[in-house]
Formats: sequence, structure tokens, C-alpha cells
Amino acid sequence: MSKIIEVNNLSKDYKITSSRSGLSGAFRDLFSRNYKHVTAVNDVSFHINRGEIVGYIGENGAGKSTTIKMLTGILTPSSGSIVINGMDPHKNREEYVKSIGVVFGQRSQLWWDIAVQESFRLLKKIYKVNDADYKRNMDLINSTLEIEGFLDQPVRKLSLGQRMRCELAAALIHNPQILFLDEPTIGLDVLVKMKIREFLKEINKEYKTTILLTTHDISDIEALCERVIMLDEGKIIYNGELESLRTSYAEGKEIVFEFKEKKAKAALEAATSSLPVTWSHLENDLKWIAKVHKNEISISDVMAAIVEKHEILDLKVREVALEEVIRKIYEEGIRNGQVS
Amino acid sequence: MDKYLEIIRIRFLMMLAYRTNYYTGIIIYIINIGAYYFLWKAIYGARGEVEGVSMVQMTTYIAIAWMARAFYFNNIDREIANDVRDGKVATELIRPYNYLLTKLMQALGEGLFRIFLFSLPGMIIVALIFPVNIPVEPELWFYFLVSITFSFIINTQINILTGLSSFFLMNNGGLIRAKRVLIDVFSGLVIPINLYPLWAQDIFKFLPFQSISYTPSMIFSKAFSYGELINALVMQGVWSLILILPIQIIWVYAKRKVIVQGG
Repeated sequence: MSKIIEVNNLSKDYKITSSRSGLSGAFRDLFSRNYKHVTAVNDVSFHINRGEIVGYIGENGAGKSTTIKMLTGILTPSSGSIVINGMDPHKNREEYVKSIGVVFGQRSQLWWDIAVQESFRLLKKIYKVNDADYKRNMDLINSTLEIEGFLDQPVRKLSLGQRMRCELAAALIHNPQILFLDEPTIGLDVLVKMKIREFLKEINKEYKTTILLTTHDISDIEALCERVIMLDEGKIIYNGELESLRTSYAEGKEIVFEFKEKKAKAALEAATSSLPVTWSHLENDLKWIAKVHKNEISISDVMAAIVEKHEILDLKVREVALEEVIRKIYEEGIRNGQVS
Repeated sequence: MDKYLEIIRIRFLMMLAYRTNYYTGIIIYIINIGAYYFLWKAIYGARGEVEGVSMVQMTTYIAIAWMARAFYFNNIDREIANDVRDGKVATELIRPYNYLLTKLMQALGEGLFRIFLFSLPGMIIVALIFPVNIPVEPELWFYFLVSITFSFIINTQINILTGLSSFFLMNNGGLIRAKRVLIDVFSGLVIPINLYPLWAQDIFKFLPFQSISYTPSMIFSKAFSYGELINALVMQGVWSLILILPIQIIWVYAKRKVIVQGG
């Protein structure tokens, strides 16, 4: 597979002024300012292949949006190199941006006061899209996103869901090779989210569009991405398949037991002493959770061992949710390749 | 070029979207012209002319100065500052067009809207109320149109320069207001340049401001000799070219300084 995005040792520093507190501080600020250096993105390297959908995740302020803004040619990197489609986004900006589409979930790129179709018409001219391509594209967009009904409305009158669908359509009018999405589903209801995901999958399949998206909604990632890049304090802490993130960092599976009688922890531990299990209390000594490390076989072993000695009312096997895994990583970071 | 024409068209549409602004605009301009007319009438008193300018010429000067202002005036400086302040500059930079040229075209869309739907009807109303002398010579109209085109270019270039300062200052509201007053006074909109003391006129010769309002207004009110007229047009052309240089230099640095506010 050919690499379409190549990022090497990318960094971005900001110099920000910090205000002194109080009135006397404000007066002192008039004459000399205090500056703080903040590193938003710190020595980041990765590459993305043509046709991939990659999730770029991290906490608020981890440097995701800053990276996207450098990749789209808006911000100048402090150091490092970006090559996308054989171009440097910042140096060849006007030429480069023809090959990309961008959606900022928090920022509208449509013209606020005029009808959506006028915005589209302007974009069609700006990107020099011919009528046939435009029609083919719009038909595809319309078939999934269903925006036809409100094309004659000015943007300010649209609901957020309608607007986001139009934003996405606007970013794709010129059928870009690469699509950058910065929190595209923020604040949207489940139905619109589904439509958007479905649509992204479709264009990825139809046009082999490479997609890089940032999001806080893990279900977006689960629905779309095979690979995730995780960022923390400006550094990449994970770059790999979504599935192996789950298997290598999630601690196996959990079995929730509901017993007929109250149990003590010691008794349960004694029953499963030879197995890789940790017990924890769920509620009123009747419900207990067995965390099973390692492989699938031990699940049946644990169940067998318990059922043999204790009477149970109910049991559930559940997988550690990806959200849980990611929350843990955000909270504690990754040390030695393990969630500590 | 196609895309820039489309940008002009869109701005035209946007101006139409807010019609009330447009009607109130005509009234405000006529009030302004009226106020200056009565002020100058009081100054003239019984005198036939002041510094070789007759009252009718002065009235024509005032009327055309304001009507030309409707064409060259725009808020591009404030728009650039707003783009920077609320981070909209990000969505401008992901478009395959030149940001500053786009701003210039938007200003042109606004200017064209005003000259056809504002200045022309406004001038007819003014001609009915006040004793103005509208020239009939086609070549004078030609020189006038060339001249206000330069006025537009120079004024917009100064606006772009002012707007670009927001990339470095973050809040340039004061600078924008100061610039507006500076242009109104030094461009000859409020007082024709030839009525300033000589030393001031000498200084103004080295500034671009009189090319904005004084030159087209003097041409229209037939107060320039042919030699003065050509000289003034050449000066306008020269300033239009000179101002490209600082804009290009500052724009290079501004792009490096871009920070996108608000996530």
C-alpha cells in the first residue's frame, strides 16, 4: 500500500502570555509581559496509507486539533516535516488544499447568511468541479445524507444535525483524496451519527478516500476505524490496530455472578485458587465480579469451578468496554506497554 | 478568475440579504451631504468663491465625495480582524484561493452593490435637493471612473494592511477606528485638500490618502486643470503599486503567525 500521509518528528510550540493576577499585576503587565512556552505537539511521527480510515484520539488539549491544523496547512509546524500527497501542506497551500476536504465540528465553513445551495455553488466554482462530477457527487451525498430538503435554507436556520450533514457535503464537493474530520459528530443525535458513519464508510469504499478523524465518541472509532493513533500531552502513546488495543490493554473478560446466598470473598477465592481470577464485590454480598485474565478457556474453567460449589441465580460474561480501556489509558498512561 | 467572480456575486447576494442596512445607508449619506452643504453655505456667506472654488463646485464636491465613498468604503479590515479573532481564518486557509485576493473581491462585490443600488439613486435624490453640477463630458466621466477604481484599490489596500495587523496584535479595534478617522480627514472627504494650509498640503503629497477621495471628487467637480488631473491619476496608480509591497511582506509573516483561537 502506498503512503499518502507521512509525518516525521512534527512539533508545535506556542508562546503564550500569562497574565499576572490582580490590579497591580495588570499594571505590571503593561510594561513587561510574562511568556510561557507550551508544546502542543511534541515530536510526532506516523504515516497513513491510501484508503485507510484512522482515528486520532486523545484527551481534550492533547494536541489533536493542532496536528490536524498543521496537516491541513493552516498552522506552520515549529519543526519536523509533513508530506501529504507529495506536497508540503504549508508551502504549497493553495495547490495542496485542492486535494483535501476538512470538517471542523465546532466551526462552520458554510456562508452563514446565504442558502446552502449558494454555498455549494460557490465551492463548486472555487474547486473548479465540472457539472457531471458535481451531479454524481451530489447524488451520492444525497442518497445517504438526505440534504435535499433544506438546500434552499440559509445556514443560520438549520439545526445542528442538518448543518453538519451540509458541512460534510461541502467538504466533499470536489471529491478530495483525503478527508480530515475534527470531531464531526459532536453534539449530534444517534440517528444523524449513524447516517454520517454510514456515509463515511460509503465514500471510503466508493472513492478510496483516506480519512483521518478525531473524536471523543469511541463508538465512532469502533464503527469506522481499523487503526487508531492515541495522543497524550502532545506525544503518541499508541499507534496500531483498534482490536489489539483492546486485547493488549483490556484485562480479559469479566463474569458477573449472582448467588443465591451471601458469599465471602475468601470462599470464592478458595474455589478458584488455581485460576487467573481476581474477585471484586458488586453489591450486597450476592453479586460478585470475577475478572478473568488471559484466554478464553479459563472462562469456562472459572464457571465450572464456581457452579460446582455454589448455587447461582444468574451470570453474565462481559467484555471490558473499549471506552473503559481508553479512559484508563487517559487516566494512567501506558507504562511498559501495559496499562498500569 | 471564475471563482473570484463567484465571490463577488455571493457578496452581492449577502448585501441583498440585509436590505434594511441599505435603505438606512442612503438616508445617512444624504444627511451627511446636507450637513456639510449647510456648513459650507454658512462659511461662504456672501462670498462668491473661496480659494477659487465656487459654492456650486463645493456642493458638487461634497456630494460626489460621499457617493464615491459608498463605493470605495468597506469593512475588510474589521472582517479580517474578526476572522482572526474567532478563528474563522482556519476555514479560509483550507480553500484553494488567495485569502487577501478573496477579501479584495468581497470588497469589490460590496462596492459594486453600493454604486449601483446606492450611489446612483442617491445621487439622483441629491441632485434634486441640492444645487449640484453634474458633468456631461464623457471623457470626464471616464477619468472619474478610472479615478474611483484607484480609490477603491488604495483604500482596500490600506484596509488590508490594517486588518493584517490583527494577526500580530490580536485586538486591533483601536487601530481600525483611528485609521477610519485618519482617512476621512486626510483624504479630503471632510475638507478639500486645497483648503488646508500649504505646509499641510506639502505633507499630504507624500501620503496615499488624498488619492482616495480628493482626486476623484476634484475631477468630478471640474476643479482640476488637465495637467493636474493626469498628474493625480498617475499618483493614484503609483500608490496602488507601492502598497502591494508591504502587504505581501506582512502577509508572509502573518501566515507564519497564524494561531487559531477557540479549538
